[in-house]
Amino acid sequence: MNETAFLIFTGIIILAIFLAFIRLLKGPSVPDRAVALDALTTITTALMVLLALYMKRAIFLDVALTYSIIGFIGVLSLAKFFEGRS
Amino acid sequence: MDYIGYSFLSIGVAFLLLGSLGILRFPDLFNRMQAGTKATTFGAIFSILGVGFMEPSWLPKTFVIVLFILLSNPVSSHALARSAYRKESKLWKDTVVDEYAEVFEVEKGGE
Repeated sequence: MNETAFLIFTGIIILAIFLAFIRLLKGPSVPDRAVALDALTTITTALMVLLALYMKRAIFLDVALTYSIIGFIGVLSLAKFFEGRS
Repeated sequence: MDYIGYSFLSIGVAFLLLGSLGILRFPDLFNRMQAGTKATTFGAIFSILGVGFMEPSWLPKTFVIVLFILLSNPVSSHALARSAYRKESKLWKDTVVDEYAEVFEVEKGGE
């Protein structure tokens, strides 16, 4: 993968992370922030896989899979926490 | 193989950007959730498959990641939407249909 294409793709993904992060900072209620966090987990997984391709290191794929699993468990426990608090 | 990878990556990255733009701009929580879950899942799947096509020896591992995202993202967003609805988060003022309301009333009466 050449340098320019990697820079363009990474730049667009970082812009996406930035947009979702604004919502994470200013979201009016707590579930809004949880939705933004859920999306951020997925976007970061894609970014890690792209980084693995650029650096030619297959171990980053395992990191991406683990990060995705941990994010899934985190969002589920957040949802359970909102529901049980009433 | 490279061209397939580049086109998959372009589609996926574009959908990631549009999904997070939807998270920022949509008016209420459930609209934001449908942008932030569906578009982001689609974009991530296409980017990861694009990487897999560009480096064909990684294809099995990328399939595992794609399968996990495909299974886990709907579950987590469903749990979030359900708990947010039960905490009575407000719908947007122009919402047309709310089919869970009747079921929710019945459930609340039963408890």
